[in-house]
Amino acid sequence: MSQPTTREPAAAPATTREPILEVRGLVKHFPLTQGILFKKQIGAVKAVDGVDFDLYPGETLGIVGESGCGKSTVAKLVMNLEEPTAGTIKYKGQDITKLSGRALKAVRRNIQMVFQDPYTSLNPRMTVGDIIGEPFDIHPDVAPKGDRRRRVQELLDVVGLNPEYINRYPHQFSGGQRQRIGIARGLALRPEIIVADEPVSALDVSVQAQVVNLMERLQDEFQLSYMFIAHDLSIVRHISDRVGVMYLGRIVEIGADAAIYEHPTHPYTQALLSAVPVPNPEAREERERIILAGDVPSPANPPSGCRFRTRCWKAQERCAVEEPLLAVPEVFRGTGGPAEHESACHFAEEMENPPGE
Amino acid sequence: MATSAELTPEPVGEAEGPLLDVRNLHVEFRTRDGVAKAVNGVNYSVDAGETLAVLGESGSGKSVTAQAIMGILDSPPGFITEGEVVFQGRNLLTLGAEERRKVRGARMAMIFQDALSSLNPVLNVGEQLGEMFTVHRGMSRKAARAKAIELMERVRIPAARERIRQYPHQFSGGMRQRVMIAMAMALEPELIIADEPTTALDVTVQAQVMELLAELQREYNMGLILITHDLGVVADVADKIAVMYAGRIVETSPVHDIYAAPAHPYTRGLLDSIPRVDQKGQELYAIKGLPPNLLHIPPGCAFNPRCPLAQAVCRTDEPPLYRVSDTRASACHFWKETLGESADNA
Ligand SMILES: Nc1ncnc2c1ncn2[C@@H]1O[C@H](COP(=O)(O)OP(=O)(O)OP(=O)(O)O)[C@@H](O)[C@H]1O
Ligand SMILES: Nc1ncnc2c1ncn2[C@@H]1O[C@H](COP(=O)(O)OP(=O)(O)OP(=O)(O)O)[C@@H](O)[C@H]1O
Ligand code: SF4
Ligand code: SF4
Ligand SMILES: [Mg+2]
Ligand SMILES: [Mg+2]
Repeated sequence: MSQPTTREPAAAPATTREPILEVRGLVKHFPLTQGILFKKQIGAVKAVDGVDFDLYPGETLGIVGESGCGKSTVAKLVMNLEEPTAGTIKYKGQDITKLSGRALKAVRRNIQMVFQDPYTSLNPRMTVGDIIGEPFDIHPDVAPKGDRRRRVQELLDVVGLNPEYINRYPHQFSGGQRQRIGIARGLALRPEIIVADEPVSALDVSVQAQVVNLMERLQDEFQLSYMFIAHDLSIVRHISDRVGVMYLGRIVEIGADAAIYEHPTHPYTQALLSAVPVPNPEAREERERIILAGDVPSPANPPSGCRFRTRCWKAQERCAVEEPLLAVPEVFRGTGGPAEHESACHFAEEMENPPGE
Repeated sequence: MATSAELTPEPVGEAEGPLLDVRNLHVEFRTRDGVAKAVNGVNYSVDAGETLAVLGESGSGKSVTAQAIMGILDSPPGFITEGEVVFQGRNLLTLGAEERRKVRGARMAMIFQDALSSLNPVLNVGEQLGEMFTVHRGMSRKAARAKAIELMERVRIPAARERIRQYPHQFSGGMRQRVMIAMAMALEPELIIADEPTTALDVTVQAQVMELLAELQREYNMGLILITHDLGVVADVADKIAVMYAGRIVETSPVHDIYAAPAHPYTRGLLDSIPRVDQKGQELYAIKGLPPNLLHIPPGCAFNPRCPLAQAVCRTDEPPLYRVSDTRASACHFWKETLGESADNA
């Protein structure tokens, strides 16, 4: 336990374990080009533009935010599927963006991904056995050839699919079953981290719950760390220990799930939570809804200062010139309450009627 | 205004009964793999100024029912085999194609989930909106253009006068959905069917669009059928709910009653699968099993393989839509038990 004098930042979990993943200053700009023969760069889509977070062993970090804010790009960077423009991603202290060859392969084995779309992310011409067993071809040391079939059947069993289905093709399964196949494949190499990008978004309500339960059970069984990206805020709350809220390539607020959902201090988080329809008709009249004006600005040309200022009802002059940093706001520092978590706003404050209540 | 009234069919007086009454509607798709019974006896109604939410899983027949009401069913392979669609006192299924076309657009309009693919990519937004007035109302192009600008302002598209010359792909998702709403609203229909109008949108934009739709509905006293699988959206805007499963209505109810105490085990399962704050760290309730294959709908109650209350009778006898109260109905042999248990849990 930590001494009472050395207070843990509100955003860190109670234990004082080392993070398994440390992301600092992560940037990914996609060049915007013009011309067909002679491509000329005319700008850049700032998909991810300075993202910091830690992931602790065995925890689930939820990432929420609107379409195009950079969630999937962060996921791909963590998976080493994209090369960052700047920044570091440390896995157990080692910067994986600098690795190559065998060292990279060894790290990759420990970080796996589950994709959003169970319909297109599986190769239709491969059997389920080949799909789940494919990672063993890349990492033959994990499962010797003769052992593969058994390992794949074991994995099918783990995710609640009949092991006899090993020779079937993806189209013979429903959406929920296909998502289970994706999860089984993600588990094949016994990773420590699973990055799940909208793993239940394409599924029906009744099937969503089945997949979320499965992911939670597997986390307990194999001590997995999850990065769980989704736009369904109630599912994210259910599964996450901590939640990061993204807007236009940045994390604007991050903290324990209850801190974010019940004591948000960033105006964007407050608007986002207030906009979520609550499945309770009795609450309809009492709800204080913040309807934001306008659309999300283009990530190729984000506003100066605070990126949220073009839609923020609290924006002042300072917001246009000075960029708010992601840190515990001064007013809450040392208060020890749930509002003491990182929030990138000059005028961070709690709302009178928290939208989640 | 110099609209040519003869192009618009007259409403049939002050018709008795609801604005729209769908009675025992059956639709099937005759495909190479067999006959898919997509809609198997749908009954629902909506009044002027009322919002009916149609809820149900993917493939339960929500959109096909809407297409049958609108008269835009893909046929073949789709066929209406039974039932009536009574709109303002007239059964639309007996009308000729030309009369039907006049009702569609002028008296009822539809908003689709995917605005980009339902707008014409090669016509600018002003031309598409204006067409509603030149074709249906016989207006001049200039007058139609002025109406188009007015409509765009109505749905709060900024700088409408300039943006009217832009093409759909130059609009954001939320803006495109507003254009769709503007088109649906153009001829001031009595009924709007919105098929997942905000599913493709972000939460904050979804809130903007839903608010706009609700405001216009109030203003024009339109009937609104809102198709969705989002239980949150339903709770927010609906007056009453029809829940579909395997092509049937399994429960209809005013919105408050159904959330407080559902009278059908499927509705109950849906409501129970929503993660609640106090359930954190626990397993979510999940309806076991999978939605049925429409080529082989189970005999008896279609929900019986997944139903925690199923008895022998459920595997043999299809439950009729039992009357629960003046305003509620449930297609479950054991609706009383379900209602009782739901009330206990509430
Ligand atoms: N390969 C690429 N080339 C150019 N731009 C890209 C590329 N990949 C993503 N982008 C852009 O980067 C931004 C962030 O995209 P990203 O897919 O990370 O968003 P997201 O938060 O996952 O959104 P969604 O919720 O819609 O999945 C978007 O503006 C997107 O258009
Ligand atoms: N043109 C068609 N040909 C064959 N089958 C069809 C056709 N259109 C729809 N169907 C079938 O009819 C059934 C009902 O489809 P419908 O689109 O009404 O579902 P839905 O409830 O709207 O689902 P979703 O929530 O996914 O939109 C589905 O099983 C679908 O495959
Ligand atoms: S810094 Fe200013 S513009 Fe940004 S969220 Fe805070 S108040 Fe709004
Ligand atoms: S009729 Fe039987 S199987 Fe169908 S919902 Fe009611 S109890 Fe369940
Ligand atoms: Mg994404
Ligand atoms: Mg549909």
